[in-house]
Amino acid sequence: MAPNPETGTAAIAIEAVVKRFRERGRDVPALKALTATVQRGGVTGLIGPDGAGKTTLMRLIAGLLRPDSGRITVLGIDVRADPLAVQGTIGYMPQRFGLYEDLTVRENLDLYADLHDVDPAGRPARYAELLHMTGLGPFTARLAGKLSGGMKQKLGLACTLVRAPALLLLDEPTVGVDPVSRRELWQIIDTLTRTEGMTVLLSTAYLDEAERCRSVLLMHEGQLVGDGDPKQRTETMRGRSFHVDAEGTGRRRLQALLAAAPGVLDAVIQGSRVRIVTRPGAAATAAALLPTLPGAHLVAVPPRFEDSFIDLLSEHGAAQTKLAAPPPSVGTAKDEPDEIVVDGLTRRFGDFYAVKDVSFRVRRGEIFGLLGANGAGKSTTFRMLCGLLPPSAGTLRVAGVDLRVAAAAARARIGYMAQRFSLYGDLSVMQNLRFISAAYGLSGQRQRERIGWALEEFELAGLADATSRDLPLGYKQRLALAAALMHAPDILFLDEPTSGVDPLARREFWRRINGLAEAGVTVLVTTHFMEEAEYCDRLLIMAQGQVLAEGSSDSVKARARSATLPEPSMEDAFIALVEAAAPRGIAA
Amino acid sequence: MSVRISRRLRGLVHKEFVQIRRDPSSLAIAFLLPTLLLLLFGYGVSLDAHHVRVGVVVTQPTAETASFTSHLQHSPYFAPVALPDIQAAERAIGRREISAILWLREDFTRKLLAPGGAPIGVMLDGVDANTARIVEAYLQQTWQTWLAARAAESGAPIPGALAVTSRVWFNPAVQSRDYLVPGLIAVIMTLTGALLTALVIAREWERGTLEALMVTPVSLREIIISKLAPYFVLGMGGMAVSVAMAVWLFDVPLRGSFAVLVLAASLFMGAALGMGLLISSVARNQFVAGQIAIIVTFLPAFILSGFIFDIGSMPEPIRLFTYLVAARYFVAILQSVFLAGDVWSVILPNAAALVVMAAIFLGLARLVTRKRLD
Repeated sequence: MAPNPETGTAAIAIEAVVKRFRERGRDVPALKALTATVQRGGVTGLIGPDGAGKTTLMRLIAGLLRPDSGRITVLGIDVRADPLAVQGTIGYMPQRFGLYEDLTVRENLDLYADLHDVDPAGRPARYAELLHMTGLGPFTARLAGKLSGGMKQKLGLACTLVRAPALLLLDEPTVGVDPVSRRELWQIIDTLTRTEGMTVLLSTAYLDEAERCRSVLLMHEGQLVGDGDPKQRTETMRGRSFHVDAEGTGRRRLQALLAAAPGVLDAVIQGSRVRIVTRPGAAATAAALLPTLPGAHLVAVPPRFEDSFIDLLSEHGAAQTKLAAPPPSVGTAKDEPDEIVVDGLTRRFGDFYAVKDVSFRVRRGEIFGLLGANGAGKSTTFRMLCGLLPPSAGTLRVAGVDLRVAAAAARARIGYMAQRFSLYGDLSVMQNLRFISAAYGLSGQRQRERIGWALEEFELAGLADATSRDLPLGYKQRLALAAALMHAPDILFLDEPTSGVDPLARREFWRRINGLAEAGVTVLVTTHFMEEAEYCDRLLIMAQGQVLAEGSSDSVKARARSATLPEPSMEDAFIALVEAAAPRGIAA
Repeated sequence: MSVRISRRLRGLVHKEFVQIRRDPSSLAIAFLLPTLLLLLFGYGVSLDAHHVRVGVVVTQPTAETASFTSHLQHSPYFAPVALPDIQAAERAIGRREISAILWLREDFTRKLLAPGGAPIGVMLDGVDANTARIVEAYLQQTWQTWLAARAAESGAPIPGALAVTSRVWFNPAVQSRDYLVPGLIAVIMTLTGALLTALVIAREWERGTLEALMVTPVSLREIIISKLAPYFVLGMGGMAVSVAMAVWLFDVPLRGSFAVLVLAASLFMGAALGMGLLISSVARNQFVAGQIAIIVTFLPAFILSGFIFDIGSMPEPIRLFTYLVAARYFVAILQSVFLAGDVWSVILPNAAALVVMAAIFLGLARLVTRKRLD
């Protein structure tokens, strides 16, 4: 096949591609005249928040969808004209890679080798290479369904690689994968591009992964908002990133003050300090940014890719709502009584320990995080705390009430926001709030007051009659949080609250949570998103149902500090902890 | 044209069989369900009436009435209960002690000997309309046989009609089981064909395996064949089990040829698999696929195929609708092959209809299934 002279150098050429979907009678644009180029060689990152159109674009490139207009050329072949030829040359790993779970590792490989018409003579060598690369060698006879999440992902990758493709499309390969497997996947991808000269297009919502790419395509709401070398993009932010701390001002209050400051584009809590990005042209001195707070001082820090992304999105009109800073809290969390007491908590399913001997205490007004990969036992712990699942052993006291004897009494004081938001999709915002407040026993004047408060506080008044299903994800999240707060609970449980929402919505969400904690609400949150741990006052890292570490995010990170890694991230710390635990047989 | 089975197709079919072996649910649908349904229908449901309690009121006993009541006594279908008068009989039927009243009036013997024949009074408990109709037919039949027997003795002509006897031509023992079991095979094959195919493809949608499959260079034809072939085998396996049970467990006669049976079953299987494919391309999750399959294939096969309910006695619009139900053609062939033999005048037009149905469903399935997600 002779390369098209115009597109010969590019692996993928996307020209003015439009794609719309019809959903419930409405026309939803997924891609709005997108034009982009992916160069041959190396990893190109397709970066953007959920709903930006990454998966749609991947499927269009793979010939699984047909564009409404525009043209996509892959390795010189027009996808629309000959999808089968494209599918014969590329490898594509969808987000939920279709492994046949009732087939063994070997049988899955055989099937994909057959589907790609790989000559049986060449297979043993290729298999050996792939199994070595993925570390799946010892598990060839195991059913794919019995592999861990990370191993499944690696097997999926191996299956798409049975016949070394010239171009590899990976749709969010690292979503829901624990940090250790995530790092291993990246090592495999690096090897492929280096030794096999493969071109890789990889989509991700994790902004830290962008820094590993040779170039990036930044997507937002179906449009390309930027592209190029991620390091260059990050470099443009130099001089705008700082750590701020202020003697005598709590980090949450400091963050709220900074977020409200006109010269600050972004302010997130990082350990005991607040990390800010200033607006272009804003004077980078504490006095200029925070004239009301004399004790604050700034330390310049190296920029991150995420900074440039936030900068870019703010240019594209994704304005953040500036919330008023909450009043300073009266006491410090240290003097507050324990609201949640967990002692020797164990849950057994048969001879499998989902949670084993977990103990921790959470004080009033504290934000406490439960961190861990999928299957670490977070959700089981959570269900026991909510009184939904009886523990096999141990004590559980929430708001001074023993959950084993009075689960209902405890539940009246708990607000719970489930992972999938548990809203009634067919009801309007107003109807959801009415129903949930009634379910919590509110009526009459009190109910009207609380609904009014929710609509105002969460800026939902304009959407009161909108059907919840049609709300953007960020608004759904707001509504779910409002619903969990209808009965003004003392304790708030959040299960993976920000999974899938974009970085801006996540920031706004945490500002609200910080405000609640300042007002004395105790917050317990589960997450597998390591960076989110920075928002927690204290956290517990779990693996295989057991506690690996407990403490503040700074103290947990300090454990991973070494000569080669002077400033470890939470993810580095997590990997170090899991690896340290592995010899004891905790991690698989 | 050389028929070369590509490595891709072989790989897919092999995968399908490995999955069938590992996942007992599809084997259960194919083999356990037919066995259960056949046992349930073979033993549990019977459209026959045996030892029906009939109240007999004879207003004026004579030799003739005695002859008829004793004839009734010897019938395996009835358990006559002698009652003194019609009022007592009405009370008994009201208390549901008897299901029917047979009333021989005082003029019975006189009219019997006169030209034109004698009337018999029959009153039925219509609460269970189905049983009532069966009892009515049996009573009529018993009456006819008695009259015939009398006529044969005396050499007199047989008064009354012969219409009733046609009911039992192909089922001399008047066993509804012989009639139900062949029809049931059609229902079972609808289930294994349509439900199984619909479910397994929906499962691939659900688990995301189909998306991964679609971006390999495999062609749509290969995907479809790889889904048809294994479930064709499984469906025919279920059919073999059903036929074996019919013949050896329920002693249903197989009067026609086995070859015709297999050929007709293959045609019907094509139509059923086509429906399954069609459903799976519409419904992409197992729950919805299961619901649709039961509503649009299984229930019509059950109700509108003539397997239990006679198509001829359905109202006109519904009767027209039954022409769209592939199972009705197969039921007709099955009942013919089992009970009557290779009646070509029945088999050929119905087989032709099955060819058309299979072509339509498979063609439609091929048309709507795309190697794309939109």
